[in-house]
Amino acid sequence: MKKFLNDPDQVITDTLTGLAAVHAELTVDTERRIVTRARPAPGKVALVSGGGSGHEPLHAGFVGPGMLDAACPGEVFTSPVPDQVSAAVAATDTGPGVLFVVKNYTGDVLNFEMAAELAGEDSVATETVLVNDDVAVRDSTFTAGRRGTGATLLVEKMAGALAERGAPLASVAEMGRRVNDASRSFALALTACTTPASGRPGFTLAEDEIEVGVGIHGEPGRSRERMRPSRDLAAVLVESVLDDMPRAADSPAIVLLNGMGGTPLHELYLLYGDVAAELRRRGVSVARTLVGNYVTSLDMAGASLTVCGADEEMLELWDAPVATPHLRWKV
Amino acid sequence: MSDPGIDAGAARAWVRGAADVFGRRMDYLTGLDTAIGDGDHGTNMQRGFAAAAEAVGSGDHGTAGEVFTTTGRTLISSVGGASGPLYGSLFRTAGKRLSGAGTEPGDVGSALEDGVEAVGRLGGAREGDKTLLDACLPAVAALTGVLRSRGDVVEAARAAADAAAKGAKDTEDMVARKGRASYMGQRSAGHRDPGAASAALLFEALATAVGESKETG
Repeated sequence: MKKFLNDPDQVITDTLTGLAAVHAELTVDTERRIVTRARPAPGKVALVSGGGSGHEPLHAGFVGPGMLDAACPGEVFTSPVPDQVSAAVAATDTGPGVLFVVKNYTGDVLNFEMAAELAGEDSVATETVLVNDDVAVRDSTFTAGRRGTGATLLVEKMAGALAERGAPLASVAEMGRRVNDASRSFALALTACTTPASGRPGFTLAEDEIEVGVGIHGEPGRSRERMRPSRDLAAVLVESVLDDMPRAADSPAIVLLNGMGGTPLHELYLLYGDVAAELRRRGVSVARTLVGNYVTSLDMAGASLTVCGADEEMLELWDAPVATPHLRWKV
Repeated sequence: MSDPGIDAGAARAWVRGAADVFGRRMDYLTGLDTAIGDGDHGTNMQRGFAAAAEAVGSGDHGTAGEVFTTTGRTLISSVGGASGPLYGSLFRTAGKRLSGAGTEPGDVGSALEDGVEAVGRLGGAREGDKTLLDACLPAVAALTGVLRSRGDVVEAARAAADAAAKGAKDTEDMVARKGRASYMGQRSAGHRDPGAASAALLFEALATAVGESKETG
Protein backbone atom coordinates (compact mmCIF):
# COMPACT_ATOMS: atom_id res chain seq x y z
CA MET A 1 0.00 0.00 0.00
CA LYS A 2 1.28 3.43 -0.92
CA LYS A 3 -0.85 6.30 0.36
CA PHE A 4 -0.42 9.84 1.66
CA LEU A 5 -0.67 8.91 5.31
CA ASN A 6 0.81 9.70 8.70
CA ASP A 7 -0.90 7.32 11.09
CA PRO A 8 -3.86 5.07 10.15
CA ASP A 9 -5.48 5.93 13.52
CA GLN A 10 -5.35 9.65 12.72
CA VAL A 11 -6.69 9.50 9.15
CA ILE A 12 -9.97 11.29 9.83
CA THR A 13 -8.50 14.02 12.01
CA ASP A 14 -5.77 14.66 9.44
CA THR A 15 -8.30 14.70 6.58
CA LEU A 16 -10.51 17.18 8.43
CA THR A 17 -7.48 19.37 9.19
CA GLY A 18 -6.79 19.56 5.46
CA LEU A 19 -10.44 20.19 4.60
CA ALA A 20 -10.46 23.11 7.05
CA ALA A 21 -7.32 24.55 5.48
CA VAL A 22 -8.94 24.56 2.03
CA HIS A 23 -12.48 25.70 2.76
CA ALA A 24 -12.96 28.85 4.82
CA GLU A 25 -16.67 28.69 3.99
CA LEU A 26 -16.93 25.59 6.21
CA THR A 27 -16.52 25.22 9.96
CA VAL A 28 -14.61 22.03 10.61
CA ASP A 29 -14.74 20.72 14.17
CA THR A 30 -11.98 18.11 14.28
CA GLU A 31 -12.72 17.35 17.93
CA ARG A 32 -16.43 16.48 17.57
CA ARG A 33 -15.97 15.50 13.92
CA ILE A 34 -18.64 17.59 12.32
CA VAL A 35 -18.48 19.89 9.31
CA THR A 36 -20.97 22.75 9.20
CA ARG A 37 -21.54 25.93 7.19
CA ALA A 38 -19.36 28.75 8.49
CA ARG A 39 -22.39 30.99 8.02
CA PRO A 40 -25.33 29.06 9.44
CA ALA A 41 -28.71 29.48 7.77
CA PRO A 42 -31.27 30.31 10.46
CA GLY A 43 -35.00 29.72 10.14
CA LYS A 44 -34.83 26.82 7.73
CA VAL A 45 -35.00 23.07 8.08
CA ALA A 46 -31.45 21.79 8.59
CA LEU A 47 -30.13 18.92 6.48
CA VAL A 48 -27.67 16.64 8.24
CA SER A 49 -26.02 13.70 6.56
CA GLY A 50 -23.05 11.52 7.24
CA GLY A 51 -21.57 8.11 6.90
CA GLY A 52 -18.23 6.44 6.65
CA SER A 53 -15.27 8.41 5.35
CA GLY A 54 -13.67 7.30 2.10
CA HIS A 55 -16.58 8.42 -0.10
CA GLU A 56 -15.34 11.99 -0.62
CA PRO A 57 -16.66 14.42 -1.68
CA LEU A 58 -19.71 12.77 -0.04
CA HIS A 59 -20.69 14.14 2.51
CA ALA A 60 -18.61 17.07 3.74
CA GLY A 61 -18.03 18.27 0.17
CA PHE A 62 -21.75 18.95 -0.16
CA VAL A 63 -22.13 21.24 2.85
CA GLY A 64 -23.20 24.73 1.87
CA PRO A 65 -26.12 26.89 0.67
CA GLY A 66 -28.56 24.83 -1.37
CA MET A 67 -27.53 21.49 0.06
CA LEU A 68 -26.39 20.23 3.50
CA ASP A 69 -26.10 22.19 6.73
CA ALA A 70 -23.82 19.64 8.37
CA ALA A 71 -21.97 16.42 7.67
CA CYS A 72 -20.74 13.84 10.19
CA PRO A 73 -17.82 11.83 8.84
CA GLY A 74 -17.24 8.47 10.53
CA GLU A 75 -14.08 6.41 10.45
CA VAL A 76 -13.20 5.01 7.02
CA PHE A 77 -16.24 3.00 5.82
CA THR A 78 -17.73 3.15 9.34
CA SER A 79 -20.81 5.19 10.18
CA PRO A 80 -20.56 8.15 12.56
CA VAL A 81 -21.50 7.64 16.21
CA PRO A 82 -24.71 9.11 17.69
CA ASP A 83 -22.72 11.76 19.61
CA GLN A 84 -21.47 13.23 16.34
CA VAL A 85 -24.94 13.40 14.86
CA SER A 86 -26.25 14.99 18.07
CA ALA A 87 -23.48 17.61 17.88
CA ALA A 88 -24.50 18.33 14.28
CA VAL A 89 -28.15 18.69 15.33
CA ALA A 90 -27.20 21.08 18.13
CA ALA A 91 -25.06 23.12 15.74
CA THR A 92 -27.65 23.46 12.98
CA ASP A 93 -31.17 23.29 14.41
CA THR A 94 -32.78 26.70 14.58
CA GLY A 95 -36.33 25.55 15.28
CA PRO A 96 -37.98 24.13 12.15
CA GLY A 97 -36.37 20.72 12.66
CA VAL A 98 -33.68 18.54 11.13
CA LEU A 99 -33.74 16.15 8.19
CA PHE A 100 -31.35 13.20 8.33
CA VAL A 101 -30.26 11.78 4.97
CA VAL A 102 -29.15 8.23 5.73
CA LYS A 103 -27.79 5.58 3.40
CA ASN A 104 -29.29 2.15 3.98
CA TYR A 105 -26.45 0.36 5.70
CA THR A 106 -27.11 -1.30 9.06
CA GLY A 107 -24.53 0.83 10.89
CA ASP A 108 -25.72 4.14 9.47
CA VAL A 109 -29.34 3.29 10.17
CA LEU A 110 -28.72 2.26 13.80
CA ASN A 111 -26.51 5.23 14.70
CA PHE A 112 -28.85 7.81 13.14
CA GLU A 113 -31.83 6.09 14.82
CA MET A 114 -30.13 6.53 18.18
CA ALA A 115 -29.36 10.16 17.36
CA ALA A 116 -33.00 10.74 16.38
CA GLU A 117 -34.09 9.36 19.75
CA LEU A 118 -31.70 11.69 21.55
CA ALA A 119 -32.94 14.66 19.48
CA GLY A 120 -36.51 13.72 20.42
CA GLU A 121 -35.57 13.81 24.11
CA ASP A 122 -34.32 17.37 23.50
CA SER A 123 -37.61 18.22 21.72
CA VAL A 124 -35.96 18.67 18.33
CA ALA A 125 -38.14 17.39 15.50
CA THR A 126 -36.32 15.09 13.07
CA GLU A 127 -37.28 13.16 9.97
CA THR A 128 -35.15 10.60 8.16
CA VAL A 129 -34.90 9.89 4.46
CA LEU A 130 -33.44 6.44 3.93
CA VAL A 131 -31.61 6.22 0.61
CA ASN A 132 -31.78 2.75 -0.96
CA ASP A 133 -31.21 3.02 -4.69
CA ASP A 134 -28.80 0.17 -5.44
CA VAL A 135 -30.52 -2.36 -7.72
CA ALA A 136 -27.59 -4.80 -7.39
CA VAL A 137 -29.23 -5.98 -4.19
CA ARG A 138 -31.88 -8.48 -5.22
CA ASP A 139 -34.13 -10.37 -2.83
CA SER A 140 -33.98 -7.49 -0.42
CA THR A 141 -36.25 -9.30 2.00
CA PHE A 142 -33.39 -11.77 2.56
CA THR A 143 -30.73 -9.09 2.97
CA ALA A 144 -30.25 -5.87 4.88
CA GLY A 145 -32.14 -4.26 1.98
CA ARG A 146 -30.94 -2.15 -0.92
CA ARG A 147 -27.86 -0.07 -0.26
CA GLY A 148 -27.79 3.69 -0.53
CA THR A 149 -25.32 4.92 -3.15
CA GLY A 150 -25.35 7.63 -5.85
CA ALA A 151 -28.92 8.78 -5.22
CA THR A 152 -27.69 10.24 -1.92
CA LEU A 153 -26.31 13.21 -3.87
CA LEU A 154 -29.61 13.71 -5.69
CA VAL A 155 -31.64 13.53 -2.46
CA GLU A 156 -29.32 15.99 -0.72
CA LYS A 157 -29.41 18.40 -3.67
CA MET A 158 -33.17 18.50 -4.22
CA ALA A 159 -34.29 18.29 -0.58
CA GLY A 160 -31.60 20.87 0.21
CA ALA A 161 -32.96 23.26 -2.43
CA LEU A 162 -36.48 22.91 -1.05
CA ALA A 163 -35.28 23.53 2.53
CA GLU A 164 -33.50 26.66 1.30
CA ARG A 165 -36.87 27.99 0.14
CA GLY A 166 -38.23 27.68 3.65
CA ALA A 167 -40.39 24.59 3.20
CA PRO A 168 -41.48 22.80 6.39
CA LEU A 169 -39.78 19.61 7.61
CA ALA A 170 -42.51 17.25 6.42
CA SER A 171 -42.37 18.62 2.85
CA VAL A 172 -38.58 18.53 2.70
CA ALA A 173 -38.63 14.92 3.92
CA GLU A 174 -41.33 14.03 1.42
CA MET A 175 -39.27 15.49 -1.42
CA GLY A 176 -36.24 13.49 -0.28
CA ARG A 177 -38.29 10.30 -0.35
CA ARG A 178 -39.73 11.14 -3.77
CA VAL A 179 -36.25 11.60 -5.21
CA ASN A 180 -35.10 8.36 -3.66
CA ASP A 181 -38.14 6.48 -4.97
CA ALA A 182 -37.52 7.82 -8.48
CA SER A 183 -33.81 6.91 -8.49
CA ARG A 184 -31.94 3.69 -9.21
CA SER A 185 -28.20 2.94 -9.29
CA PHE A 186 -25.84 0.16 -10.29
CA ALA A 187 -22.03 -0.11 -10.01
CA LEU A 188 -19.11 -1.96 -11.57
CA ALA A 189 -15.57 -2.27 -10.16
CA LEU A 190 -12.43 -2.81 -12.20
CA THR A 191 -10.25 -3.01 -9.06
CA ALA A 192 -10.85 -3.26 -5.32
CA CYS A 193 -10.02 -0.42 -2.97
CA THR A 194 -7.49 -0.44 -0.14
CA THR A 195 -8.48 0.89 3.28
CA PRO A 196 -5.74 2.74 5.21
CA ALA A 197 -6.24 0.47 8.24
CA SER A 198 -5.91 -2.89 6.48
CA GLY A 199 -3.41 -1.83 3.83
CA ARG A 200 -4.64 -4.56 1.51
CA PRO A 201 -7.18 -4.56 -1.32
CA GLY A 202 -10.65 -5.77 -0.28
CA PHE A 203 -10.59 -8.43 -2.98
CA THR A 204 -8.33 -9.39 -5.86
CA LEU A 205 -9.35 -9.30 -9.48
CA ALA A 206 -7.37 -10.78 -12.34
CA GLU A 207 -6.48 -8.48 -15.26
CA ASP A 208 -9.47 -9.70 -17.24
CA GLU A 209 -12.00 -9.76 -14.38
CA ILE A 210 -14.50 -7.20 -13.08
CA GLU A 211 -16.77 -7.21 -10.05
CA VAL A 212 -20.37 -6.51 -11.00
CA GLY A 213 -22.89 -4.93 -8.64
CA VAL A 214 -20.48 -3.62 -6.00
CA GLY A 215 -21.43 -1.30 -3.18
CA ILE A 216 -19.42 1.73 -2.17
CA HIS A 217 -17.26 0.08 0.49
CA GLY A 218 -15.12 -2.19 -1.59
CA GLU A 219 -17.33 -5.01 -0.46
CA PRO A 220 -17.57 -7.67 -3.16
CA GLY A 221 -20.42 -7.43 -5.65
CA ARG A 222 -23.02 -9.92 -6.73
CA SER A 223 -20.94 -11.63 -9.41
CA ARG A 224 -17.51 -11.71 -10.98
CA GLU A 225 -17.41 -11.45 -14.74
CA ARG A 226 -15.08 -11.04 -17.71
CA MET A 227 -13.79 -7.59 -18.60
CA ARG A 228 -15.48 -6.25 -21.75
CA PRO A 229 -15.33 -3.12 -23.96
CA SER A 230 -16.86 0.07 -22.54
CA ARG A 231 -20.00 -0.08 -24.71
CA ASP A 232 -20.82 -3.53 -23.36
CA LEU A 233 -20.32 -2.40 -19.77
CA ALA A 234 -22.45 0.68 -20.43
CA ALA A 235 -25.19 -1.65 -21.63
CA VAL A 236 -24.94 -3.66 -18.39
CA LEU A 237 -25.20 -0.47 -16.30
CA VAL A 238 -28.13 0.95 -18.25
CA GLU A 239 -30.02 -2.33 -18.45
CA SER A 240 -29.61 -3.07 -14.73
CA VAL A 241 -30.86 0.39 -13.79
CA LEU A 242 -33.72 0.70 -16.28
CA ASP A 243 -35.06 -2.80 -15.61
CA ASP A 244 -35.89 -1.56 -12.15
CA MET A 245 -37.01 2.00 -12.91
CA PRO A 246 -40.56 2.83 -11.82
CA ARG A 247 -41.02 5.39 -14.64
CA ALA A 248 -38.04 5.95 -16.90
CA ALA A 249 -39.20 6.22 -20.47
CA ASP A 250 -41.82 8.92 -19.99
CA SER A 251 -39.91 11.21 -17.59
CA PRO A 252 -36.95 13.42 -18.28
CA ALA A 253 -33.97 11.80 -16.54
CA ILE A 254 -31.31 13.24 -14.29
CA VAL A 255 -28.26 11.06 -14.90
CA LEU A 256 -25.22 10.74 -12.65
CA LEU A 257 -22.25 8.78 -13.96
CA ASN A 258 -20.10 8.54 -10.89
CA GLY A 259 -16.47 7.51 -10.60
CA MET A 260 -15.43 5.36 -7.65
CA GLY A 261 -12.24 7.32 -7.01
CA GLY A 262 -9.64 5.48 -9.07
CA THR A 263 -10.98 6.01 -12.59
CA PRO A 264 -9.74 9.04 -14.54
CA LEU A 265 -12.29 11.50 -15.93
CA HIS A 266 -11.18 10.61 -19.44
CA GLU A 267 -12.49 7.09 -18.94
CA LEU A 268 -15.69 8.37 -17.30
CA TYR A 269 -16.40 10.61 -20.30
CA LEU A 270 -15.65 7.71 -22.64
CA LEU A 271 -18.02 5.48 -20.68
CA TYR A 272 -20.66 8.23 -20.55
CA GLY A 273 -20.64 8.44 -24.34
CA ASP A 274 -21.63 4.78 -24.42
CA VAL A 275 -24.16 5.22 -21.60
CA ALA A 276 -25.78 8.15 -23.44
CA ALA A 277 -26.06 6.12 -26.65
CA GLU A 278 -27.59 3.21 -24.76
CA LEU A 279 -30.10 5.48 -22.98
CA ARG A 280 -31.04 7.06 -26.32
CA ARG A 281 -31.47 3.63 -27.86
CA ARG A 282 -33.90 2.77 -25.07
CA GLY A 283 -35.87 5.98 -25.51
CA VAL A 284 -34.80 7.72 -22.30
CA SER A 285 -34.60 11.49 -22.62
CA VAL A 286 -31.76 12.85 -20.57
CA ALA A 287 -32.57 16.26 -19.09
CA ARG A 288 -29.52 16.81 -16.84
CA THR A 289 -26.16 15.06 -16.58
CA LEU A 290 -23.41 14.98 -14.02
CA VAL A 291 -20.16 13.09 -14.66
CA GLY A 292 -17.33 12.86 -12.12
CA ASN A 293 -16.16 11.48 -8.79
CA TYR A 294 -18.95 12.27 -6.31
CA VAL A 295 -19.66 9.14 -4.26
CA THR A 296 -16.35 7.34 -4.21
CA SER A 297 -14.89 4.22 -2.70
CA LEU A 298 -11.34 5.36 -1.83
CA ASP A 299 -9.07 4.32 -4.71
CA MET A 300 -11.40 1.83 -6.37
CA ALA A 301 -11.46 1.92 -10.17
CA GLY A 302 -14.99 1.65 -11.44
CA ALA A 303 -18.17 3.56 -11.99
CA SER A 304 -21.78 3.69 -10.93
CA LEU A 305 -24.77 4.89 -12.91
CA THR A 306 -27.69 6.63 -11.21
CA VAL A 307 -30.84 7.52 -13.12
CA CYS A 308 -33.61 9.61 -11.58
CA GLY A 309 -36.95 9.88 -13.37
CA ALA A 310 -37.63 13.53 -12.59
CA ASP A 311 -40.81 15.62 -12.61
CA GLU A 312 -41.00 19.39 -13.22
CA GLU A 313 -40.54 20.29 -9.56
CA MET A 314 -37.53 18.01 -9.19
CA LEU A 315 -35.84 19.54 -12.25
CA GLU A 316 -36.44 23.00 -10.86
CA LEU A 317 -34.93 22.02 -7.51
CA TRP A 318 -32.00 20.36 -9.29
CA ASP A 319 -31.33 23.61 -11.18
CA ALA A 320 -31.59 25.80 -8.06
CA PRO A 321 -28.36 27.51 -6.95
CA VAL A 322 -25.92 25.44 -4.93
CA ALA A 323 -22.64 26.56 -3.36
CA THR A 324 -20.71 23.71 -1.81
CA PRO A 325 -17.06 22.72 -2.23
CA HIS A 326 -17.87 20.02 -4.80
CA LEU A 327 -21.26 20.90 -6.25
CA ARG A 328 -21.60 24.50 -7.33
CA TRP A 329 -23.73 26.26 -9.88
CA LYS A 330 -25.71 29.45 -10.57
CA VAL A 331 -23.98 31.26 -7.70
CA MET B 1 -23.72 -14.38 51.38
CA SER B 2 -24.39 -15.94 48.04
CA ASP B 3 -21.87 -15.86 45.23
CA PRO B 4 -22.51 -12.61 43.34
CA GLY B 5 -21.98 -14.30 40.00
CA ILE B 6 -19.76 -11.66 38.48
CA ASP B 7 -18.64 -8.81 40.71
CA ALA B 8 -17.37 -5.41 39.59
CA GLY B 9 -13.76 -6.61 39.63
CA ALA B 10 -14.51 -9.57 37.36
CA ALA B 11 -16.60 -7.36 35.07
CA ARG B 12 -13.72 -4.90 34.79
CA ALA B 13 -11.28 -7.76 34.18
CA TRP B 14 -13.58 -8.97 31.39
CA VAL B 15 -13.60 -5.60 29.64
CA ARG B 16 -9.84 -5.16 30.01
CA GLY B 17 -9.25 -8.72 28.83
CA ALA B 18 -11.50 -8.10 25.83
CA ALA B 19 -9.55 -4.92 25.01
CA ASP B 20 -6.36 -6.96 25.16
CA VAL B 21 -7.67 -9.78 22.96
CA PHE B 22 -9.17 -7.40 20.35
CA GLY B 23 -5.83 -5.60 20.25
CA ARG B 24 -4.05 -8.86 19.50
CA ARG B 25 -6.65 -10.31 17.13
CA MET B 26 -7.46 -7.11 15.22
CA ASP B 27 -5.97 -8.36 11.96
CA TYR B 28 -7.77 -11.70 12.24
CA LEU B 29 -11.18 -9.99 12.51
CA THR B 30 -10.38 -7.47 9.81
CA GLY B 31 -9.29 -10.31 7.54
CA LEU B 32 -12.64 -12.08 8.06
CA ASP B 33 -14.49 -8.82 7.38
CA THR B 34 -12.46 -8.08 4.26
CA ALA B 35 -13.65 -11.37 2.77
CA ILE B 36 -17.38 -10.69 3.10
CA GLY B 37 -17.77 -7.15 4.42
CA ASP B 38 -15.84 -3.93 4.24
CA GLY B 39 -12.78 -4.76 6.31
CA ASP B 40 -13.11 -2.60 9.41
CA HIS B 41 -14.41 -4.94 12.11
CA GLY B 42 -11.04 -5.57 13.78
CA THR B 43 -10.09 -1.92 14.06
CA ASN B 44 -13.60 -1.03 15.26
CA MET B 45 -13.59 -3.63 18.06
CA GLN B 46 -10.06 -2.68 19.07
CA ARG B 47 -10.92 1.02 19.22
CA GLY B 48 -14.17 0.46 21.14
CA PHE B 49 -12.88 -1.90 23.81
CA ALA B 50 -9.69 0.10 24.33
CA ALA B 51 -11.93 3.09 25.06
CA ALA B 52 -14.22 0.98 27.27
CA ALA B 53 -11.31 -0.44 29.28
CA GLU B 54 -10.15 3.10 29.93
CA ALA B 55 -13.65 4.26 30.83
CA VAL B 56 -14.33 1.54 33.40
CA GLY B 57 -11.04 2.42 35.10
CA SER B 58 -9.12 0.31 37.54
CA GLY B 59 -10.69 1.25 40.87
CA ASP B 60 -12.70 -1.06 43.12
CA HIS B 61 -15.74 1.16 43.43
CA GLY B 62 -18.99 0.53 41.63
CA THR B 63 -20.94 -2.56 40.68
CA ALA B 64 -20.81 -4.99 37.76
CA GLY B 65 -23.96 -3.30 36.49
CA GLU B 66 -22.18 0.06 36.38
CA VAL B 67 -19.19 -1.45 34.62
CA PHE B 68 -21.48 -2.94 31.97
CA THR B 69 -23.47 0.27 31.51
CA THR B 70 -20.32 2.36 31.11
CA THR B 71 -18.92 -0.18 28.67
CA GLY B 72 -22.10 -0.08 26.60
CA ARG B 73 -22.22 3.70 26.48
CA THR B 74 -18.56 3.91 25.53
CA LEU B 75 -18.97 1.38 22.71
CA ILE B 76 -21.93 3.30 21.29
CA SER B 77 -20.06 6.60 21.37
CA SER B 78 -16.73 5.37 20.04
CA VAL B 79 -17.24 2.51 17.58
CA GLY B 80 -19.80 3.52 14.95
CA GLY B 81 -20.82 1.07 12.24
CA ALA B 82 -23.23 -1.70 13.20
CA SER B 83 -21.01 -3.24 15.86
CA GLY B 84 -21.03 -0.09 18.01
CA PRO B 85 -24.78 0.08 18.61
CA LEU B 86 -25.15 -3.73 18.72
CA TYR B 87 -22.40 -4.55 21.24
CA GLY B 88 -23.16 -1.28 23.00
CA SER B 89 -26.79 -2.28 23.51
CA LEU B 90 -25.75 -5.72 24.75
CA PHE B 91 -23.70 -4.22 27.57
CA ARG B 92 -25.98 -1.29 28.30
CA THR B 93 -29.07 -3.47 28.57
CA ALA B 94 -27.24 -6.05 30.70
CA GLY B 95 -25.93 -3.27 32.93
CA LYS B 96 -29.36 -1.73 33.46
CA ARG B 97 -30.83 -5.13 34.33
CA LEU B 98 -28.03 -5.90 36.80
CA SER B 99 -28.36 -2.55 38.56
CA GLY B 100 -31.90 -3.36 39.55
CA ALA B 101 -31.20 -7.00 40.38
CA GLY B 102 -29.90 -8.76 43.43
CA THR B 103 -26.67 -10.69 43.56
CA GLU B 104 -27.84 -14.21 42.86
CA PRO B 105 -25.53 -16.25 40.64
CA GLY B 106 -28.16 -16.45 37.95
CA ASP B 107 -28.57 -12.68 37.70
CA VAL B 108 -25.61 -12.06 35.45
CA GLY B 109 -26.90 -14.79 33.13
CA SER B 110 -30.36 -13.18 32.95
CA ALA B 111 -28.77 -9.78 32.40
CA LEU B 112 -26.69 -11.00 29.48
CA GLU B 113 -29.74 -12.84 28.15
CA ASP B 114 -31.61 -9.51 28.13
CA GLY B 115 -28.61 -7.86 26.49
CA VAL B 116 -28.52 -10.35 23.65
CA GLU B 117 -32.26 -10.06 23.20
CA ALA B 118 -31.82 -6.28 22.82
CA VAL B 119 -29.21 -6.91 20.11
CA GLY B 120 -31.69 -9.05 18.20
CA ARG B 121 -34.41 -6.41 18.47
CA LEU B 122 -32.14 -3.58 17.38
CA GLY B 123 -30.62 -5.34 14.38
CA GLY B 124 -33.76 -7.26 13.47
CA ALA B 125 -31.71 -10.44 13.11
CA ARG B 126 -32.50 -13.98 14.15
CA GLU B 127 -30.49 -17.11 14.76
CA GLY B 128 -29.15 -18.44 11.47
CA ASP B 129 -28.83 -15.04 9.75
CA LYS B 130 -25.02 -15.28 10.03
CA THR B 131 -24.46 -12.51 12.56
CA LEU B 132 -22.98 -12.11 16.04
CA LEU B 133 -26.22 -13.56 17.41
CA ASP B 134 -25.20 -17.00 16.15
CA ALA B 135 -22.39 -16.94 18.72
CA CYS B 136 -24.11 -14.86 21.43
CA LEU B 137 -27.38 -16.82 21.67
CA PRO B 138 -25.80 -20.25 22.33
CA ALA B 139 -23.27 -18.60 24.63
CA VAL B 140 -25.84 -17.02 26.95
CA ALA B 141 -27.99 -20.16 26.80
CA ALA B 142 -25.00 -22.21 28.00
CA LEU B 143 -24.15 -19.60 30.62
CA THR B 144 -27.60 -19.41 32.14
CA GLY B 145 -28.05 -23.19 31.88
CA VAL B 146 -24.99 -23.92 34.02
CA LEU B 147 -25.65 -21.04 36.42
CA ARG B 148 -29.21 -22.17 37.09
CA SER B 149 -28.37 -25.85 37.49
CA ARG B 150 -25.08 -25.70 39.37
CA GLY B 151 -24.41 -22.04 40.13
CA ASP B 152 -20.74 -22.25 39.23
CA VAL B 153 -19.69 -19.07 37.46
CA VAL B 154 -16.31 -20.36 36.29
CA GLU B 155 -17.86 -23.45 34.76
CA ALA B 156 -20.68 -21.39 33.25
CA ALA B 157 -18.34 -18.89 31.61
CA ARG B 158 -16.27 -21.76 30.20
CA ALA B 159 -19.41 -23.34 28.73
CA ALA B 160 -20.41 -19.97 27.25
CA ALA B 161 -17.02 -19.54 25.60
CA ASP B 162 -17.14 -23.03 24.10
CA ALA B 163 -20.70 -22.53 22.83
CA ALA B 164 -19.77 -19.17 21.28
CA ALA B 165 -16.74 -20.69 19.56
CA LYS B 166 -18.88 -23.46 18.10
CA GLY B 167 -21.57 -20.95 17.11
CA ALA B 168 -18.99 -18.83 15.32
CA LYS B 169 -17.63 -21.84 13.47
CA ASP B 170 -21.15 -22.85 12.44
CA THR B 171 -21.64 -19.51 10.66
CA GLU B 172 -19.16 -20.70 8.02
CA ASP B 173 -21.85 -22.73 6.28
CA MET B 174 -24.53 -20.07 6.50
CA VAL B 175 -25.74 -17.64 3.85
CA ALA B 176 -25.88 -14.14 5.32
CA ARG B 177 -29.29 -12.48 5.55
CA LYS B 178 -28.29 -9.44 7.60
CA GLY B 179 -25.44 -6.94 7.55
CA ARG B 180 -22.93 -6.14 4.86
CA ALA B 181 -22.31 -9.79 3.95
CA SER B 182 -25.97 -10.27 2.98
CA TYR B 183 -25.32 -8.44 -0.30
CA MET B 184 -23.12 -11.32 -1.42
CA GLY B 185 -25.92 -13.85 -1.15
CA GLN B 186 -24.67 -17.40 -1.75
CA ARG B 187 -21.11 -16.16 -2.07
CA SER B 188 -21.09 -15.39 1.66
CA ALA B 189 -21.14 -19.12 2.47
CA GLY B 190 -17.73 -20.61 3.26
CA HIS B 191 -16.68 -17.61 5.34
CA ARG B 192 -16.87 -17.22 9.10
CA ASP B 193 -18.98 -14.23 10.14
CA PRO B 194 -16.70 -11.54 11.60
CA GLY B 195 -19.32 -10.49 14.18
CA ALA B 196 -19.78 -14.05 15.41
CA ALA B 197 -15.99 -14.39 15.55
CA SER B 198 -15.65 -11.25 17.68
CA ALA B 199 -18.43 -12.51 19.97
CA ALA B 200 -16.53 -15.78 20.43
CA LEU B 201 -13.42 -13.80 21.42
CA LEU B 202 -15.53 -11.75 23.82
CA PHE B 203 -16.91 -14.83 25.63
CA GLU B 204 -13.46 -16.41 25.68
CA ALA B 205 -12.27 -13.24 27.44
CA LEU B 206 -15.13 -13.66 29.93
CA ALA B 207 -14.08 -17.25 30.73
CA THR B 208 -10.49 -16.10 31.25
CA ALA B 209 -11.49 -13.14 33.42
CA VAL B 210 -13.85 -15.14 35.63
CA GLY B 211 -11.36 -18.01 35.97
CA GLU B 212 -8.56 -15.69 37.02
CA SER B 213 -10.65 -13.64 39.40
CA LYS B 214 -11.78 -16.80 41.22
CA GLU B 215 -8.20 -18.08 41.47
CA THR B 216 -6.91 -14.88 42.98
CA GLY B 217 -9.72 -14.80 45.45
